[in-house]
Amino acid sequence: MSLASQMMEFFRRKSKAVGGGGEKAIQKQVAMGKLTARDRITSLLDDASFHEYDLFVEHKCSDFNMDKKQLAADGVITGTGKISGFPICVYAQDFTVAGGSLGLMHARKITKIMDHAMKLGLPLIGINDSGGARIQEGVNSLAGYGEIFYRNTQASGVIPQISVILGPCAGGAVYSPALTDFVFVVENISKMFITGPEVIKTVLGEEISMEDLGGARVHTEISGNAHFYARSEQECFEQIKKLVTFIPWNNRKRPDSFPPKPPRPEFDPENIIPVNPRQPYDVRDLIRSICDDSDFFEIQEHWAANIVIGFARLNGETVGVVGNQPLVLAGVLDVDSSDKAARFIRFCDAFNIPLITLVDLPGYLPGVDQEHAGVIRHGAKILYAYSEASVPKVTVILRKAYGGGYIAMCSRHLGADFVFAWPSAEIAVMGPEGAANIIFRQEIATADDPDAVRQAKVQEYTEKFANPYIAAANGHVDAVIGPQETREFLIHAIEISRDKNDVRPQKKHGIPPF
Amino acid sequence: MSDSEKLRTFIIDDTEYTTRYTGKYERRTSYTPPNPKHVLAFIPGVIQEVHVTPGQKVRWGDSLLVLEAMKMKNDVTADIDGTIKSVSVKKGDRVMKKQLLIEYE
Repeated sequence: MSLASQMMEFFRRKSKAVGGGGEKAIQKQVAMGKLTARDRITSLLDDASFHEYDLFVEHKCSDFNMDKKQLAADGVITGTGKISGFPICVYAQDFTVAGGSLGLMHARKITKIMDHAMKLGLPLIGINDSGGARIQEGVNSLAGYGEIFYRNTQASGVIPQISVILGPCAGGAVYSPALTDFVFVVENISKMFITGPEVIKTVLGEEISMEDLGGARVHTEISGNAHFYARSEQECFEQIKKLVTFIPWNNRKRPDSFPPKPPRPEFDPENIIPVNPRQPYDVRDLIRSICDDSDFFEIQEHWAANIVIGFARLNGETVGVVGNQPLVLAGVLDVDSSDKAARFIRFCDAFNIPLITLVDLPGYLPGVDQEHAGVIRHGAKILYAYSEASVPKVTVILRKAYGGGYIAMCSRHLGADFVFAWPSAEIAVMGPEGAANIIFRQEIATADDPDAVRQAKVQEYTEKFANPYIAAANGHVDAVIGPQETREFLIHAIEISRDKNDVRPQKKHGIPPF
Repeated sequence: MSDSEKLRTFIIDDTEYTTRYTGKYERRTSYTPPNPKHVLAFIPGVIQEVHVTPGQKVRWGDSLLVLEAMKMKNDVTADIDGTIKSVSVKKGDRVMKKQLLIEYE
């Protein structure tokens, strides 16, 4: 056989495999408003950077006439490439091939690229679009899922793992994204649930649409399973491209440095916080007033909005920012916001990203629902995550820092390297009103004019305790600083902490209050 | 998105804050202590059998009804000695979780 005819045979085989589920299935995919798996990869990656492997992998199932069916690339595309020059490993399930169903070889292609990602120390991006297990393959299909979950767990904290839900992702399949670091969803396209609407209807008699059960909005606003919400696949890819600029390739590296830029002049740290400590403001504006180019990349914007998490840069270096949000529920900590912050803190700690914490909160949220939902063990996660983190930790107390909330928000006592406080900081066991009502209960109750006495006592307490100076006098605060100095203090603190060495006791792993 | 843009009053430790509510906070239900005279469905399902009628005396452990859910027939038994005041369901009814099934006098 001549090389020419060998090449002809190669092109014939390749074009068939690259064709996925065929013209009709592709038209159906496009009609659903979805890109094909191949188009998704090319849209996400730098031009001509994608290198595909295992194109000719075939399934080995012979039951139910499967031996007569050839499935192009076994329904999943795997390879390596670059995003803005940043190398990554990627897989994309192809819904046009047998509904993107997961059989053993399909799973083995995924685990192979995961093993590559681990050995090469590269981030993994998984694009999920699959009807679920390939039922004809029986337990082998379940074996495939299990092998993926195992690797997701081994890779956790070693390489960044990103899941993109661009179609159905149901049943056991949801647990791969759940084990990864960032989950991206798209309006009307993403569907995630353990049991679908039909099962829920037969078993429980409850009727619900797929969108209301596990659509993109549900997971960004209610369940907190997703981290990023987009209105289109293209917008989703832009979000991923931006995310990878903030994170390192693996846990042995630091994120890339970028040219430093000053914050934009429209964000002035002095004019964001109202004088009255009971009035709200958007802490994201304060973050923008401090970080490079006022560019704050927020994560889980729509879930547990009483805490704000995300990435920004200070003097060109990535930092993870955690801030109480006085605009929502006065910035209290509760079950969801503790979960949200704790996981983010652990991501930053695993990937050498310094933590900046901005404090302004009245404490933990009271209520029967919170107590019964386990706010004790959920709230403990944030204490655990901060105490465990050995990356540089810098805290700025902006205004209120009361009670358990003060301790939890990366106080000196949990190992903050630097704690700064603005002159407006109030570091106390609780707010003046509550404290005066307890300390002076007798005097207020027996007074001729209880309201006047209460007012006077609140005033007395405010003057004595509602300031940063008692904490500063005890060394719990390292420096009282003005709003305009804040950026410079933070940049300096991060810069000098670069080689921080925080030795921890030897252990296999801790037991966080999951 | 679903978070109301409206500023509301929110009280913690006797201090009033002006702030927004989250969707979850808006949806919260106020707590009501359990009523020992009420028998509620502990799981959503279908009533397969009803064994008691109003006025009937029952002893602790007597079968009140059978609630089928998740393909299991659950025998719901009396947890007190008492008299049935009312039965709010009949055979074949589909019930939601925490729906009132039977009330004691």
